[in-house]
Amino acid sequence: MSSIERSPWLIHYDASSCNGCDIEVLACLTPVYDAERFGCIVTGDPKQADIFLVTGSVNHLNAPILKNIYDQMPEPKAVVAIGACAYSGGVFAECYNVAGGVATTIPVDVYVPGCAAKPESILDGVVRAAMILKEKEKAGRKARALARKEGRRSPKRRAGGAT
Amino acid sequence: MKGIEIYVAIAYVILGPIVGGLLDGLDRVITARLQGRVGPPLLQPFYDLRKLLTRRIAPVNSLQMPLIASHLVFAILTGVLFFYGSDILLIIFVLTLASVFLVLAAYSTGSPYSTIGAERELLLMTAYEPMIIIALVGLFGVAKSFDFYAILSSKMPAYLYLPGIYLGLVYVLEMKLRKSPFDLSTSHHAHQELVMGLTADMGGPALAMVELAHWYESVYLFALVLLFFSSSWVSAILGVGFTYLLIILLDNATARVKWELALSFAWIVALVAGAGNLIPFYLISRGSP
Ligand code: SF4
Repeated sequence: MSSIERSPWLIHYDASSCNGCDIEVLACLTPVYDAERFGCIVTGDPKQADIFLVTGSVNHLNAPILKNIYDQMPEPKAVVAIGACAYSGGVFAECYNVAGGVATTIPVDVYVPGCAAKPESILDGVVRAAMILKEKEKAGRKARALARKEGRRSPKRRAGGAT
Repeated sequence: MKGIEIYVAIAYVILGPIVGGLLDGLDRVITARLQGRVGPPLLQPFYDLRKLLTRRIAPVNSLQMPLIASHLVFAILTGVLFFYGSDILLIIFVLTLASVFLVLAAYSTGSPYSTIGAERELLLMTAYEPMIIIALVGLFGVAKSFDFYAILSSKMPAYLYLPGIYLGLVYVLEMKLRKSPFDLSTSHHAHQELVMGLTADMGGPALAMVELAHWYESVYLFALVLLFFSSSWVSAILGVGFTYLLIILLDNATARVKWELALSFAWIVALVAGAGNLIPFYLISRGSP
């Protein structure tokens, strides 16, 4: 009964860098590339989003913002890091204020290559992330079922070891 | 006669979401085709709803969920009263109450986006309410009854007597169905200037309930349109279908307006098209008994 891969809602955040990748993300949503055929809706609200698209390199000023958006998203969630900057800092890696790629702050599920990344490959990344979400949801359901079983056997352990 | 009405009201509660969801899905497909793209599958709204219901997220406060649940219950109740053939004044009261609950839920989150969304929704309510009342008074004038079934079975081609009121109703339906140019308070489309406006900070099941209430609302709103075309089956299907397509076309062809414009124009339309239609109609129908 998994349905999350049929309606992955997106939120996007441009950390820093040249903005080129963010413009390509917006291009995905235009009628030419039509992200809605995969059931995608772009929402501005992290509480409604399933996939987090991040472009650009992370610096010390925006790392807490990135983390904040990530934390507000409900589980299971997936992160797509788009472009060379989001991977390693890209051409800005040597800058005094740049901390590096997105993975320095939040866990990344899919990397989309390119500088700038093409809309086609961004869409490919979104579809892959939707597949990963489906797996995560399955694993989460199994883990919850297991926890329920364990809890029935020894309620004390569940109370102590709840994550 | 009361026998059938109960069954229609029960059918509305059960089938309402299916019809409303399909209307929404068809809307998204037609919109996509108008823009020259493939668009989502027809059943996409149901996938979205199912996903939202399985999302596990803590509500932002203890007030939000009860308020949204009340919004859903009163939206359903409006339709039930409507299809049960109750007094129309009671229906207008319940309809307003349903929207007020949604506004309160948005205010309760404290987010600046949902607060502005809630304020805009209140303004839209003041904009569309007069026109809806004029529409119902007009239908009363034609059928001499406030009862859904009495108007339906009067077989009067209300659109011939009340063309201005019909146009005014289409105008405010754009607001009630959250369509452009009046999708000020919240919108599904990307880059709404208020993030999600009214529905900001509503995640998972909360948003699912808002969607569900919206589907129920769209069913009775289109049933209201049906009353204008109830003279025969053909005119009913053509009339409602035409209205549905017209609303989608306007949604795609117009840009979002500012609230001042939305409010003042809605009242001008209610006054010119609504009252301008109603007063001559009453004078003529009084003159020829
Ligand atoms: S990867 Fe290239 S195009 Fe993308 S943000 Fe970095 S510098 Fe700009």
